This record gives sequence, structure tokens and C-alpha cells, in this order.
Amino acid sequence: MPTKSRPKPRLRSSMLLTPLLIIALASSVQASGSAPLSADDVAWLHRDTFGLDSATIDRYRELGRTRFLDEQLAGGDDPLPPDVAPLINSYEVFNTAPAQLVAEYRDEQKKVKDVDAADISAKDMAKKDFQMYRRDLYKQSMEVELLRAIYGGNQLKEQMVWFWLNHFSIYAPKGGVGLFTTDYEENVIRPHALGKFKDLVMATLESPAMQIYLDNSKNVRGKTNENYARELMELHTLGVNSGYTQQDVQQLSLILTGSGIVPQRTGPGVINGVDDTFFRQRPGVVHNGLFVFLPGKHDFSDKTFLGHTIKGNGFDEVEQAVDLIVQQPACAKFISRQLAQYFVADDPPQPLVDAMAETFQRTDGDIAAVLRTMFLSKYITASYGKKFKDPTQFLVSAMRLSYDGKPITNADPLVNWMNQMAELPYGHITPDGWPTDNASWSSSGQMAKRFDVARAIGSGHNRLFARADGQVTQADPPMLNSTLFQQTLQPTLSAATRDALAKASSAVEWNTFLLSSPDFNYR
Amino acid sequence: MKRREFLLAAAGAAALPALSFSGRLFAAPPNSPRFLFVFLRGGYDCNNFLVPYSSDFYYESRPTIAIAKPDNNNPNTTIPLDANWGINPVLRDSIYPLWQKKQVAFIPFAGTDDLSRSHFETQDSIERGEPLSQGSNFRSGFMARLSSTLTSVPAIAFTNSLPLSFQGAGKDIPNISLKGDTKAHFDERQSSILAGMYKNTSLASAAADGLSLRTTVSMDLQNEMVAASRGAPNASGFAQETQRIATLMRDQYRIGFVDVGGWDTHVNQGNVTGGLANNLRNLGQGLAAYAAALGNEWNNTTVVVVSEFGRTFRENGDHGTDHGHGTVHWVLGGKVNGGRIAGEQVAVNQQNLLQNRDYKVLNNYRDVYSGLLGRIWGLNNSQLQTIFPQAKPRDLQLV
Repeated sequence: MPTKSRPKPRLRSSMLLTPLLIIALASSVQASGSAPLSADDVAWLHRDTFGLDSATIDRYRELGRTRFLDEQLAGGDDPLPPDVAPLINSYEVFNTAPAQLVAEYRDEQKKVKDVDAADISAKDMAKKDFQMYRRDLYKQSMEVELLRAIYGGNQLKEQMVWFWLNHFSIYAPKGGVGLFTTDYEENVIRPHALGKFKDLVMATLESPAMQIYLDNSKNVRGKTNENYARELMELHTLGVNSGYTQQDVQQLSLILTGSGIVPQRTGPGVINGVDDTFFRQRPGVVHNGLFVFLPGKHDFSDKTFLGHTIKGNGFDEVEQAVDLIVQQPACAKFISRQLAQYFVADDPPQPLVDAMAETFQRTDGDIAAVLRTMFLSKYITASYGKKFKDPTQFLVSAMRLSYDGKPITNADPLVNWMNQMAELPYGHITPDGWPTDNASWSSSGQMAKRFDVARAIGSGHNRLFARADGQVTQADPPMLNSTLFQQTLQPTLSAATRDALAKASSAVEWNTFLLSSPDFNYR
Repeated sequence: MKRREFLLAAAGAAALPALSFSGRLFAAPPNSPRFLFVFLRGGYDCNNFLVPYSSDFYYESRPTIAIAKPDNNNPNTTIPLDANWGINPVLRDSIYPLWQKKQVAFIPFAGTDDLSRSHFETQDSIERGEPLSQGSNFRSGFMARLSSTLTSVPAIAFTNSLPLSFQGAGKDIPNISLKGDTKAHFDERQSSILAGMYKNTSLASAAADGLSLRTTVSMDLQNEMVAASRGAPNASGFAQETQRIATLMRDQYRIGFVDVGGWDTHVNQGNVTGGLANNLRNLGQGLAAYAAALGNEWNNTTVVVVSEFGRTFRENGDHGTDHGHGTVHWVLGGKVNGGRIAGEQVAVNQQNLLQNRDYKVLNNYRDVYSGLLGRIWGLNNSQLQTIFPQAKPRDLQLV
């Protein structure tokens, strides 16, 4: 039985503030002086965002659809929301440079190595500690991702960050990948999420996370490894059966030889494991953060790739190959279709995909332009209410509706819920990422788990507001029956859902039923 | 009342008091055939599982990762099965005893026509079970079509989400992962209100099934723990999962699916130690635990172990292997005609490699499993054509 902890007087006063805040929020909505959003606006916003909160509605009212979308597509920086910044900033995986994390990782690894193998129990203990250390880093990076998704002001961009993280999927538990997950989100995916597709591909190619995950850091002259070459075309850009051959895979793997991670060094002149003078002196070396191209490990033969000859001349071959790939009509079609599948429909209307692919090619792969085509198309309107939320969309939207921007203090439960619903960030073992179609997330087992999570969020019996010392200071159910709910979901609730809500015998049940309802779970 | 009708009624019956969600209501008759499909995702390296130890070419091709030739004085060498083939010694205590009892057969040179060597493409094509020429986006799996053909034979997937092979059945196929928490969190009143919200939607049976299955499994496992915890050590990982699967397959379900990931070994895959060996050991222990937990019903059981493709016959520069084509499938069960290497075969040498790279496929899975399923359930040709369209059923007399 969970026990309800008694709030201390200090905390009681902060709790008293909450109703005042709600009133203030409500009056600010009044102040903008607009009528409630139309059903069409609400439905459109349910696609454009992970889920609505009051701040988003205010901004939309102020700007109208087109300018609101323009503002989102302009991207810009994503300052951490002030209320959750301290929490995100406190994570080691967020506030430590990747090279420093690598150095720490080596230290932790060394601790295990240094234990005498004859002392089996000490060795086991050291191994367990190392596991814990790795798991903790992984958990931190998942929490960063989920907190960003829930609290990020530009919700379209947050969805795109998730989408690309999934499209260029990496798996944290493999080798050292888990050291670079947050780096991958913050420095690889996020800056390019609404930019040019080619830049995004190059950024993932040069990321330590991808280099390690798909084994390209091992792909060297005379000992090629095809793993990354294959997935770069099949999953990241062109799609399977789009015309490339086994021969193209092998040629691309030769082109990719020599690309990898900076070798770890120690000694004088080495800062964070990187010896700058070493790289500067050698011709043909390309060096960007932890990424390095080493000519000595590259196969300099001429290659025939996608029907073109690529002269063997070093890293430039990679640029040429990626250019060739992203200019294929197949790439424009494949990426457009994937986007439309995520945002619009499992089997998106062909005219929509064609229009998006046309934009993609006309704008040299400008992701924002492709999204604008999609979000202002009539096809998105026609698909309202038919897309079943995947677990991430469900959890993030549930948190946004339930807490409406109020910062949590402990993100552990978020990871636990994602684990139960089996869609952990950086947790898909194979590089194809999580599926985004309805059928993959609406089976009986998934439904049962989702109802459980709805209950856990709706009951308040969770540790979202635990303090740093683990003490739970709030177990009250969140107020889901709020102005936000009344202005967005309530007007279109089905009879069956209204019926269920009427049968709720407590606020907890009411919340659980609402978050479990088809009305909430389709968007 | 049929299972599905009952569940739909349950979903709509919010007003009825004291609904019973007991899965026992749907228990399948004993002594009826059981079929479990185990899908190894990632393309396991069949050559370090079923070792062609008489092939010098094998040892030339794998200078660092080959499994050593049989040697009675060294436990870390291939366990010979016949004059040509042996198995990885990590399976000594799990699968080898089943082989000695003639309860397991291996089919080398097995697989699909799909030459993309793409995990995702090939997994999908296997799960769909359709000829390659036929469509590519149609979400209909062969397990679903099997289940629709055998109308009164209950089916289940032991996975977090419904695999493609079970999609498109036209009826709800329940799924539940038995890896973690399977407790039921809602009482009957709450369950029927929750299910009631979905009663006129396409997810009506998924919602109702999910709630009822959880209740059943939760009760089953409680009973099981009380009945079975006689001081026996808890098997870990996959073996624990398969014991739970066995409970459900023994009592309620007859067609099951489970998948096991992590077989994509491009780097440092090892031989009798390392990642692949750990996976194989875990798999072997799980299957042995499954056989043991079924008790007498093991005699009514057929298990097949399938992976989307094999790997390059030669090791790569990183002591791993890349994507290949033909692979080795396993068929296990109390009444399996085992202790043999089944299906069409060729000598393992360089000339016989496909594209100088990997195993050919001589035993197309659609033909072989049409033959096998035909024997298990006595299906006629038109039924088999529904399950595997255009297949040419081949009876390898596996059961």
C-alpha cells in the first residue's frame, strides 16, 4: 500500500499557490480575448504538438495557424524551459563534454580490469558497478529526451527530434553508444531537425554514436564492415528495394573506410583525449569533435557507386556519396513517406507524399519546407482522429494535459512507464527504430499496459514529485478536469467516453478513464 | 459462445455485475497439438551453431571464430552429431540431450527467396509468408492465416506488441510479454468500464482481451508460484520466460509466437565464449526449460526456431560476420522425428556458396512449414495455400 506522505508546512504553502496559478493562467487566456479554438484548430494542433497545453494555445491564438507554423519551422534555439532547466542541467550526461565522458568511461572500465580475476566476488562486484554506471548514464539520457519532449516550447520541433532520433536510431546498451546518446540528441539531431536533410545525414555520419552503433569505426581498408553502409541506404535515406545493389553496399562500405572515432590518447598536449597537433600535421585528416577521418585507414581505390564513378581521394568521397544519395528521387519519396506516416496516416495519401517529395527535391531537402507542405495540406485535415498515438505520444501528451507545464522534480517514473510500454528512447535494438503505425501499438498487450500507465499518471501515486532525497511530497491526483480539458477535448468526446467518465467514482478513476479513452489515444 | 463473442459481450456489459474474466473459460482441450514459433531476430550465425566440422573450408574461412573440431578431451570443442555436423558446446546441457532423445532436427540451407539481406525486409517477408512477388505492404501474417484457418485453436503472441506474423487475422490475437510485471491492476467494474469505451471501435477486442488476459495470467502465475516453488532454482532470462509461456501453452493456447533479439554479430562474435555463445546458451536453456515445463504435453508440441537469414560464411575483419542468406532452422518436440539433419543439402565448400558469400537456400521455409503444419493439423492443400500462398508443401516427415 502506498502511504500518502504528510506535506510539511513549507510545502503546504507552495501547494496553496497552485490554484492561484491556475486562476492566473485562466485569466491570461481570457485576457487574449478570443473565443475557444475551433474543433479544426484543436485537431490540427493535436498533430502539430505532442499534446496541447495552455501556453501553446495562447501562442496559437496570438499568431494564427500559418504564422504559428512559421515560427515553429524557423526552429532557432530551444532554450530549456526555465522551470525544468535546473533538473535537466543537473544530469551528468547533459552537462559533461563527450570526450570527458569517454575518459570517465575508460576509468570505470579500468576499475573492473584492475580487480584480480582470481577474486571472483570482487570481480563480479566491479562488473556490477560498471553495469550500474552505464545504466545510469542511459537512464539520464532518456530522461533528458522525455523532459524536452514534455516541456519543450516548440512542440513540432520536439516531435521532429524524436522522429529523427528514431529514424537514425541508435541503441544505447551497445558498447559505448550510451555515452553519446544525449550528445546525439543535443548536438547531432536537434540542430538539424528542421534544416537540410543532407546536413542531418552528415551529422549522424560524423557522430560517435552512429559510428560505434553500426560498426563503422571498425570499417577500415582491407577489413571492411558493411553494416553502416547498408543501413545508411536502406534505412536512413533510400529505402530497401529502391534500386541500389549489393555491389553498391560494398562500394559504399569502401568509401566509408577510415571514418571513425578519434583514437583515445593520453600524455602531454592531449586535451580531453584529443591530440590536436597530431591531426593538424597530417594531410587528408578530417577532424570534427570525436569524429575523425584517417587517410591511413581509407581504401583509396576508385569506386562505382549508384552508377557514378567516385575517384579515390579521401573524405571528399563521403561527401560525394552522400550528395548522390540524397539527390536520388527515391530519397525524397522515402523520407516524405516516413514523415507522412508518422504525422498523418499509416498509409498516407499518395498525392500528399508526392507533394512533399516535390518540395523535398525543389528545396534541396529542406525539412521545414517539406513539413510546411504537409501541415498546410488538406490531407492532414482529412485524417483527424484516425492516428493511434504511439507510447511516446501517449505519455508526453498525458503529461502535458495532466500538468500543463508544471515542472516535475523526478523523471524516473517517465522512464519506467516507457519501459512498460516498450518504446524506450535509444532502446530499439535494431537500427530500423520503433514502428509508427497504429497496429504496432494497439494490440491487447499494449492496451493493457497503456491503461496501467494512464492509472499511474492519473492517480498521482507516482514519484514525479519526489524530492532529491527520494521523499514523496505529493500524492494528490492531477486536475485533469481543467479549463484546458474543457476547451480542447471535452467538446468532441464520444458518448461512450462521456458515459465512462460519468461512472467514475473518484477523481483518480475519472483521470484514468480519460487518459485511457479512445478520444485521448487517437489524434 | 465463442471466445471473441464473449469478450465483445464483456466489453459491452458494463452494467452487468461480477463479470468473470477467468481465462479458464477458454481453455483448449488437452492432447491437442501445440505449435510455438521462435523467431531469432538479427540473422543468427548458424555456422557457429550447427558446425560443418568436416569442412576444411569452414576452418579456413574462420581463422579466429571457428568452433574447434570434436575432441573428447576438450569440452570446448564441437559436439559431433554425425560425420559432418556438430553443435556448439554451449548447448551441451540443453539441446544436446534433446538431440540424443531424437526430439530435435536441424534443417540447414533453410530460408527465403529474399536476397536483399536486409533484416527488416527479410523478417517481414518471413512473417508475411507470402511469395516475394506478392505485394509488400499488406499487413497479413502467416500465423494469422493459420489461426484463421484453425478457427477454434486459440493463439497468442508472447511479445510486447503484436508481431506482423499475427496481424490481419480478422480477429483479435492476444499478446502479452511475460518478461516483466504481469499483474492485473483493475477490478472487474473498472475493466468493463475501460473496455466499454472501446466497444464500438476497431480496438474493442484488443482492449477487452488485454484486460482479461492480464487477469488470467496474474492468477495463473500466482497459482504457479505457490504450486511450483519447491526450492528449485529460478531459471534466468529467457528460460524464466519460456516456463511462463509453457504454462499458458499447456492450459489455454495452442499456437504461440515469441521472438528473441540480439543476433546481429558484425563484430567480435566469439566462438564458445562471447556474445553469440551467450545468446545460444540462453536460447538452449530456454527451449529445454520449455520442454521440461510442458511435461507430458511436450509430446503434443512442435517448436520451430527460425531466423531471417544466415551470415557470411567467412568471418569479417572484425572477428564477426555480415549478413548472409541461407541459415539453419530447428524443429523440436516430444514426437518430432529428430536426431537428424533434415532437408536437402550440399557439401560445405567454396564452390557451393551463394555469390561466394553465404549458404544457398535449398529448403524454402514456406514449402517446409506448409508440409509441417499440414502434418500437425492434417490440413488439406487449399488450407495450406491460404496460409502460404503458392507454396509447394514439402513433407520432411518432421512429426
